[in-house]
Amino acid sequence: MDQASSTPPAKQKKRSRFGQQLSDFFSSVYNIHLFILRFFREAFVPPFEFKEIIRQCFEVGVRSFTLITVTGFIVGLIFTKQSRPSLLEFGATSWLPSLVSIAIMRALAPLVTALIASGKVGSSIGAELGSMRVTEQIDAMEVSGTKPFKYLVCTRVIATTITIPILATYTGFIALLGGYLNVAQNEGTSYTSFMQQVFQPLQFLDFTASLIKSIVFGFTIGIVGCYQGYYSTKGTEGVGKAANGAVVTAMFLVFIEEIIIVQITSNFR
Amino acid sequence: MEKQKAQIDYNNPVISIRGVAKAFEDYAVLRGIDLDLFQGENLVVLGRSGTGKSVLIKLVSGLLKPDRGTIKVLGQEVTEISEKELQELRIRIGFSFQNSALYDSMTVRKNLEFPLVRNRKGITRAEIDKAVEEVLDSVGLSQTINQMPAELSGGQRKRIGIARTLILNPEIMLYDEPTAGLDPITCIEINQLINQVQQQYNTSSIIITHDLTCAKETGDRIAMLLDGQFQRVGTFNEVFDTDDKRVKPFFDYNFIQ
Repeated sequence: MDQASSTPPAKQKKRSRFGQQLSDFFSSVYNIHLFILRFFREAFVPPFEFKEIIRQCFEVGVRSFTLITVTGFIVGLIFTKQSRPSLLEFGATSWLPSLVSIAIMRALAPLVTALIASGKVGSSIGAELGSMRVTEQIDAMEVSGTKPFKYLVCTRVIATTITIPILATYTGFIALLGGYLNVAQNEGTSYTSFMQQVFQPLQFLDFTASLIKSIVFGFTIGIVGCYQGYYSTKGTEGVGKAANGAVVTAMFLVFIEEIIIVQITSNFR
Repeated sequence: MEKQKAQIDYNNPVISIRGVAKAFEDYAVLRGIDLDLFQGENLVVLGRSGTGKSVLIKLVSGLLKPDRGTIKVLGQEVTEISEKELQELRIRIGFSFQNSALYDSMTVRKNLEFPLVRNRKGITRAEIDKAVEEVLDSVGLSQTINQMPAELSGGQRKRIGIARTLILNPEIMLYDEPTAGLDPITCIEINQLINQVQQQYNTSSIIITHDLTCAKETGDRIAMLLDGQFQRVGTFNEVFDTDDKRVKPFFDYNFIQ
């Protein structure tokens, strides 16, 4: 009896399906790299779509602004509130502003902003471009002598890459405000004193790393959303999949990038 | 309304297709087709759904690449020219999509301005406004200028889709199912518009349809696509004056309906 015939049919099927999935995975990785290369090839060559980039920056900012304000504030407030008992045990509540500032500026602000933007902006880009693909609007742009990649993809990726660092900075300050309210309520610390303690432990590297992280996250969210939408297929079902794929893939990549950047920056401390 | 006799130059093909084949995975849609579109002509491509009619015009406009064969459009070989040359060629070809493909997020005005602003460098605001008004007037929808595509009816969307292609003064028009999903009265209006475009803009057109009324009213020549090849090409009467069992039911069904 040869090996193939001794394998149960279901298992054979499973193996071939696994092989297919593996092949799909590697072809997706290859395609997304081509997509990124195409972005760099087209984004920095004239004519530039400045008006559309500004419009997209506004869209990305407005779409996430309210949610980021609320979430940032709550994250700062809750983080401070939950950290207090541990510090209280050592009588070190005066360290609370420093602890909060390090946690928010180094990790929470860029990460929370990226996760919210993945959900709000990434899904929206995926669905918008996906819908344009299935209703042939992208083809219509192509046949009318316009480069849809430049107009739709480059502008959105540049917009997320510019806007998400700005939003992350804003999230940081809003989260600190949340932290301040908690500290002020319990310790009666003044705003000036709180802010002095907030900035005292922060180094230039913290701001730089946080900024680089946000830029990378912004680029990732834009590229993933655009890739999923631009190559969307299978009608309305494909639009849903593009939106969902944009969120899931972007969030996954954001966490991976977070780990990598933290590892790299910790070598410089 | 009776179709006016078009001035067709049968010595001047604007599109020449030779031996073109296209398959999707294992399914061969087009199996080595030959076709010419002459200057000033309205050529109707008829066929059942899934026979590759839309694929044909997507090949002509360079949206798809053939597996083999050559496609010459306005003297240029579509499969061999650079992307920049293809982009310039596309400006000379108007493509009216089956579902109009209007940009959802833009008003009618913005939809019409979009190709113009991108392809006519240095055009002034006054020239843009004039072109938009003229083209809207020619499709009879001046009142919709500030409306969003979602607010338009199916027939209006088709007309605006055609207007968007006309704004660049194309030499060739490609219509993908121009009357699909429309009521009979609107179909007649669209057929009249196609003929009007041919006369007014002096275009040569390929009209993809399975609507025989549209074919009869707009076509100077009909090409019947069956089993991946053009089986019958000629005037309406020449094509349907046959006992071919693949052609006859098509004619009977349409006119009984």
